[in-house]
Amino acid sequence: MEVKNLVLEDIHLAMGAKMMPFAGYNMPVRYSSDKEEHLAVRENVGIFDVSHMGEFYVKGKEALDLIQYVTSNDASKLFPGKIQYSCLPNENGGIVDDLLVYKISDEEYMLVVNASNIEKDWNWINQHNRFDAALENKSDDISLFALQGPNAIKVLQPLTDVDLASMEYYTFQEGNIADICSDAIISATGYTGAGGFEIYVENKYASAVWQKIFETGKEYELKPIGLGARDTLRLEKGFCLYGNDITDKTSPLEAGLGWITKFSKEFINSGSLKAQKEDGVKRKLVGFIMIDKGIPRAHYDITDDSGKRIGEVTSGTMSPCMNVGIGLGYVPVDLAKPDTKIFISVRGKQLEANVVKLPIYKG
Amino acid sequence: MNIPKDLKYTKDHEWVRIEGDAAYVGITDFAQGELGDIVYIEIETQGESIDSGEIFGTVEAVKTVSDLFMPLSGEVLEVNPKLESEPEIVNSDPYGDGWMIKISLSNPAELDELMDSEAYESSVS
Repeated sequence: MEVKNLVLEDIHLAMGAKMMPFAGYNMPVRYSSDKEEHLAVRENVGIFDVSHMGEFYVKGKEALDLIQYVTSNDASKLFPGKIQYSCLPNENGGIVDDLLVYKISDEEYMLVVNASNIEKDWNWINQHNRFDAALENKSDDISLFALQGPNAIKVLQPLTDVDLASMEYYTFQEGNIADICSDAIISATGYTGAGGFEIYVENKYASAVWQKIFETGKEYELKPIGLGARDTLRLEKGFCLYGNDITDKTSPLEAGLGWITKFSKEFINSGSLKAQKEDGVKRKLVGFIMIDKGIPRAHYDITDDSGKRIGEVTSGTMSPCMNVGIGLGYVPVDLAKPDTKIFISVRGKQLEANVVKLPIYKG
Repeated sequence: MNIPKDLKYTKDHEWVRIEGDAAYVGITDFAQGELGDIVYIEIETQGESIDSGEIFGTVEAVKTVSDLFMPLSGEVLEVNPKLESEPEIVNSDPYGDGWMIKISLSNPAELDELMDSEAYESSVS
């Protein structure tokens, strides 16, 4: 597959980024240090170029009907300016992708999907579009920056007329970024648990917007942040990563996404997911913290105290904020309760870990 | 990139400093830069004789796990005791405080197979 470059490729390189192919794009993985970047976002402010993410527009009289059919959450609850986390269930009990649904108006929505799944999702949704709804894939035209951290608002507010302090979590507004553009989507969302905003702009404005944000960000020591820190930030908060923690073989109910799986409506595979909910799931995705010294990694075995394999780690790292190994993984439901002792098989050794309630990092 | 002239190098991005009939071993500046923040180093082979090319330990960065390979056949005489509590010294001082193991050499002829600094530099540039 051809690897695409971000609009800001040269700017990232000039800022010292180490670039690596990810989901079909050359992406900044790290500028200085994963840990420093991680802590900058938790304690101060950082900005990610996540323009690899996909954006689909759904328009038409039956736009909502299509979205209701392909997604698991109840999009009828949305109002213009409201965002919803959701997923696309497949027909076999698994997940095609997780996504955000933005309601722009009664007849217009934006779906934000994972870069690695753009083509798959596009084909999937089109294949199920038996509604009066037109789909447009704007993924190649839109750049997305995530300005995250407790000081994100201070960096962004001087650049826009949108009153950021009044914005509730998971809402968005269209507004200006300085005098560069008037139609940016400013969204009170993110994948870090550190607060902040995501800013969608047309590619032609991307460089100017990025540079302008760094001008006001200078006072707050704004740092560019790579995908490495993005992964550790989301993992500390227990946010699922598609391809790791949720896949085409994991049920949203097993993954702890029951809260976005609403049986108040019909959707793809809702019948069997409902039955699964009534019968109870057999395994669950849990967060855990290492008690023994060691770092869990994706695909390491999880065992019980007798050494019997009971599941698999789906994401793991050393937590920069807690300075201890943390992870997510699937275990049988009877071992999924907080404070259950489980063991992670690291290079042939069984290391003790403790199941915890999410988020893993409470700070 | 820092590649000291007085050291020998392997294709696995390790360096070797010969001192008499023993050698100190670590990873290069290039290697630590590629790995990123090093958060855990596990070397449990002290006292073991290990052939060149075999694994003597593991280095973990925030995002990755990498094996450490013996650059020369010999016995692991010593493991840098600082690595347990301060693995980040491998990032800050890979050729000095961040050394990893001291080994005896069971087959000094293998030294000829290592690269000098110039050969290593051209291999990573």
